[in-house]
Amino acid sequence: MLQADLSSRGMSALKAVSRVLLPILLALAVGGLLLMVFDKDPFAYYGYVVKRGLLSPSGLEASITRSVPLLLIAAGLIVAFRAGLWNLGVDGQFLLAAVTVAAFAPAAVSVMPVWAAILLSALLAFAVAAAWSVIPAFLKASYGINEIISTLMMSFLGVSVANVLVKIPFNDPSTTVPQTATLAVADRLPPLGGSTISSGIIIALVAVVAVHLMMERTALGLRLQIVGSNPKAALHAGLNVRALTFIAFALSAGFAGLGGAVDILGVHGTVRADWNPAYGILVIPLVFLARFNGFAVIGFVFFFAVLMIGGESAARRLGVPHFFVLFLVSLLMIFLALVEFLESRRAERAEA
Amino acid sequence: MAGLLTEVFIGSLFYGAITAGIPLLLAGLGEQMSEKSGVLNIGIEGMLLLGAYFGFLGAYSSDSFALGFLAGGLAGMAAAAVMVALCVYASMNQIVVGIAITLGAEGLTALLHHFHFSRSYPRLPRAESLGIPGLSDLPVVGSALFDRNPLVYLAVLLTFFMVWLYRRSHIGLNLQAAGDKPAALDAAGVSVTRTRTLSVLTTGFLAGLGGAYMSTIGAGLFLPFMTGGAGFIAIVLAMLARGHPTWVMIGAFLFGSSLSLTTAMQVAGVNIPTDVIQMLPFALVILVLIAFGRNSYLPPALGLPYHRGSR
Amino acid sequence: MAPATDSEAETAVSLDGITKRFPGVVANDSISLRFRRCEIHALLGENGAGKSTLISILAGMLQPDEGAIHVDGARVRIASPRAALQLGIGTVYQHVLLIPSLTVIENLLLGSPWWKPYAREETLRRYNELSALLSIAIDPDVQVGRLSLGQQQQIEIVRALWHGERVLVLDEPTSMLTPQGVRELGAVIKRLRDHGVSVVFITHKLAEAYALADRVSVLRLGRVVGELAPERLKALSEAEVIDEVVTMMFGQQAGQDSELEETLLGEAAGQTLRRTVDRERGPALAVRSLSTLGERGECPISEVSFEVWPGEILGVAGVDGNGQKHLAEALAGQRPAAAGDIRLAGESLAGLGVPRRRERGVRYITDERLGEGTAQLHSVATNLVIKEIGKPPFWSGPLTLWRAIHEHARAEIAAHDVRTPSERTPLGKLSGGNIQKVLLARELKGESRLVIFNKPTYGLDLQSTRLARRRIREIAEQKEAAVVVISTELDELMETCHRILVMEGGRVAGIVDNRPGAEAEIGRLMTGSEAA
Repeated sequence: MLQADLSSRGMSALKAVSRVLLPILLALAVGGLLLMVFDKDPFAYYGYVVKRGLLSPSGLEASITRSVPLLLIAAGLIVAFRAGLWNLGVDGQFLLAAVTVAAFAPAAVSVMPVWAAILLSALLAFAVAAAWSVIPAFLKASYGINEIISTLMMSFLGVSVANVLVKIPFNDPSTTVPQTATLAVADRLPPLGGSTISSGIIIALVAVVAVHLMMERTALGLRLQIVGSNPKAALHAGLNVRALTFIAFALSAGFAGLGGAVDILGVHGTVRADWNPAYGILVIPLVFLARFNGFAVIGFVFFFAVLMIGGESAARRLGVPHFFVLFLVSLLMIFLALVEFLESRRAERAEA
Repeated sequence: MAGLLTEVFIGSLFYGAITAGIPLLLAGLGEQMSEKSGVLNIGIEGMLLLGAYFGFLGAYSSDSFALGFLAGGLAGMAAAAVMVALCVYASMNQIVVGIAITLGAEGLTALLHHFHFSRSYPRLPRAESLGIPGLSDLPVVGSALFDRNPLVYLAVLLTFFMVWLYRRSHIGLNLQAAGDKPAALDAAGVSVTRTRTLSVLTTGFLAGLGGAYMSTIGAGLFLPFMTGGAGFIAIVLAMLARGHPTWVMIGAFLFGSSLSLTTAMQVAGVNIPTDVIQMLPFALVILVLIAFGRNSYLPPALGLPYHRGSR
Repeated sequence: MAPATDSEAETAVSLDGITKRFPGVVANDSISLRFRRCEIHALLGENGAGKSTLISILAGMLQPDEGAIHVDGARVRIASPRAALQLGIGTVYQHVLLIPSLTVIENLLLGSPWWKPYAREETLRRYNELSALLSIAIDPDVQVGRLSLGQQQQIEIVRALWHGERVLVLDEPTSMLTPQGVRELGAVIKRLRDHGVSVVFITHKLAEAYALADRVSVLRLGRVVGELAPERLKALSEAEVIDEVVTMMFGQQAGQDSELEETLLGEAAGQTLRRTVDRERGPALAVRSLSTLGERGECPISEVSFEVWPGEILGVAGVDGNGQKHLAEALAGQRPAAAGDIRLAGESLAGLGVPRRRERGVRYITDERLGEGTAQLHSVATNLVIKEIGKPPFWSGPLTLWRAIHEHARAEIAAHDVRTPSERTPLGKLSGGNIQKVLLARELKGESRLVIFNKPTYGLDLQSTRLARRRIREIAEQKEAAVVVISTELDELMETCHRILVMEGGRVAGIVDNRPGAEAEIGRLMTGSEAA
């Protein structure tokens, strides 16, 4: 009896692992085939990626630092997706907040203590990004307009606005390329003791765990979940769907903005014209892969950061452009969905 | 002098509006068909991009624009086939698959371009245009509107063909029914799966064709990520057009003009940063949504997979 | 082949040993039936007896796991709805299957092969012929979404006959109709039978089957448990037929259970109504000139006024889609009122949302149990507190006390006899009757002063129906609450209510005391044939 129970638990754990590992392996395999088409050795490529992204100390530190903005964006997406909202406008929210902070922080450190400047910058970034989500939230709540379209449009608009801000009002005239003033290294978020890892990682981890607990353990989280799973039931239960829509959008965008702020305060110190890392659309599949679970998100984001850092090195060394990572993510999403579909179909058959 | 400036300005504005508008029109008509049948095709941006690359590659390697168009259309259709398999047959989430297709197309076309052309961006020769006798000699707008690539006229004719298709054909009825109440279409003896398959494949072909026009005729070259969100604008057009192909056409040329405004202004000697101009179409969409969003319409069954007899 | 008890020539379609399994149930268990030309064949059975599955198989929507189907003696496979239509089997489904955004004529054109010319004129001619045969008069160029449900059903019959000249299958066709509509439908069906069509008529209402059918078959738990041939049906009196059918449906004991029979027949009208309402006190609920605004495809209410006294059950009758939904939602606080006032014990509810009204004792049991009543993916426990999120004792400040929620759920599950594996089971996995129990448990918790039931027994099996109706009476009697019961089943209202309000086109057509003979008056009011 006990043994049967144990083995069934073992089975389900195995299933959970295979549901995650299988799509990853399939994506890597098909990606490898494409590499072979271009006469590149997939094993050499993947081996190099792991070596440079995970196994070398500097690579590992870079991967952890790269995880920071991705994790903060993921925290926001968890809120949005669980509330049933497709916030695809992360890039605009991220970049506008980053530019605002890049302009504000160097000016602020001259009139207030560094910790206050950093704190104010973070709040400002959150607010700017949240404000950028007000229009999609309004369109969704008032006219029922699909937020996919409106957030994408606001994102494109936001990226352009950010560029104009960098080039005209926030431009630092002392540099040749258009860019904002630079925050002195001493005034940035300090690296973790003795390493190059941004201390933003602490902020990011706290944010993801906090969001996870909020969704699971608070009234607001349950309200958002119900709006997400059945908006009509939410109306019937007397939830203020309108307000909840605005809240979910604001939180989602706000965390993306915080990601932009921490990236500037911890790593870059400035925004150059036409800089757009376009993290948003890359994080979406990771959040799906983790099934909106905060702890799983941490694992997947780190995996992906390794891929990115390793892939960037590989681009220089092996001549495989880092666009390859985009293609891998796309394969990952498709195989993830496919494995889930086959799984549910098998479950149906087994029941019948 | 002022008169001449205005003339040049208007001429180049119209010319650019058509150049930028045709891909939007083709993709918008395609997206409209998908949405009518109940499939929200977010992957259309990727289909445009694939069409742009393969259209360019086809025209570049065969020296024939017609073959380029065909290659672009087929590339878009191939991506649509993936969407059909995953969304129509396997009932997966259309948004997830759509994002995956767009991302994959971005990565794939950039990679392919890198491996084929490395860092060079070869240009195609200028395509022959087809002047419409009489009209092409009109002052100011004649050559901008009536001395264009044959695909331009075909796209406009296609719009009116779609009007007929939706109002006076069995295919039109089937498409409408598949998006409105698929179970009823099924009960009437028409396969929902087949109807949606047909419409999504057509969407892919049209979007691919639009992409091919963008790279071969519009720009004369291929640049990675060159579609820059045109597919998403096409989705908005389809959403706001509420099933009317002619509204898609009007919208496509309106957006086309806002995209061509930069060039026109530079021609007219006005200098504005390109970023400001680039904002225009997106800002316009948002303004349009705020002003007319109340009236946007999507079919009730949009985004929902259909299973016969599911309990 | 099944033994030929009747001449083969008479048989239009025969089913032999049809079996269909779904996860966890055998919906059809070796069913053999024979549908004959010039005969109206009623299939009786309660919800879950397997009627709908059988129809889906006949219509080509589902494939049987075992068994054979013969049409005119030839074995066939009905692989798709198209195949069914080609075999001359037309089906009118319980839920209208027309495309609302297309016109009548476009709906009839639907299904022609795509390469065929768009034969509007020809279709129109045939439509006029069939309209004449069925004596209906509906503009063929009007959008179906603008027609009443009864008219839509008439179009469905036209469409079913378009191809289904051999067999016409009607699934619960009377559920959307007024009493007059039911009579008209009966006449149409008989006319078709006389033209040689084999009519299969599915119903759970005994009286209807008796009035219309030439032959009755009874289904129970997926099996055919009995049949009354035409000769026998003619020989017996109505009471004898009913006795016999009830015995088939529920077994020997049930044959003597008078309450069951009453529920089945809806004949308990008036008799079981117990206490009279004390109207000396003021009304518990007073609604004054209440109006709402309608969106696309909805019927708003206008100038609705009525009162309900403590302990009184007010029925709301009317053909579906005549403003009942808006009335319920406006009372519950789910939909803003455009004008008018609602007073509960003299206190105005104007401007209060669902949570505040709930605090004041307003309860609403919706008809869309899965659509809006519950969040199916969430657990039974969560669904039980879904209207109290953020309030003690289940929340402390913002924090969710899951232990308290689960404890509460276990208690409610026991108290209301909800059959569920656990309180953590997703609600969507429960049966319809159990979902209704969860809803009742949630809504009837605490002090209730106004309870609104919307189609409380829709889709429930007989036992659950009885339980639900008993609960309605108990609430009025024991809790002294004002109760509003909205239903399209007149029988149900006659059984449970003191007075019946009739809605037509969003207005109150009249309020009728529940006394013998009230049905006729209600029927007149429903069709708006009496000047208000």
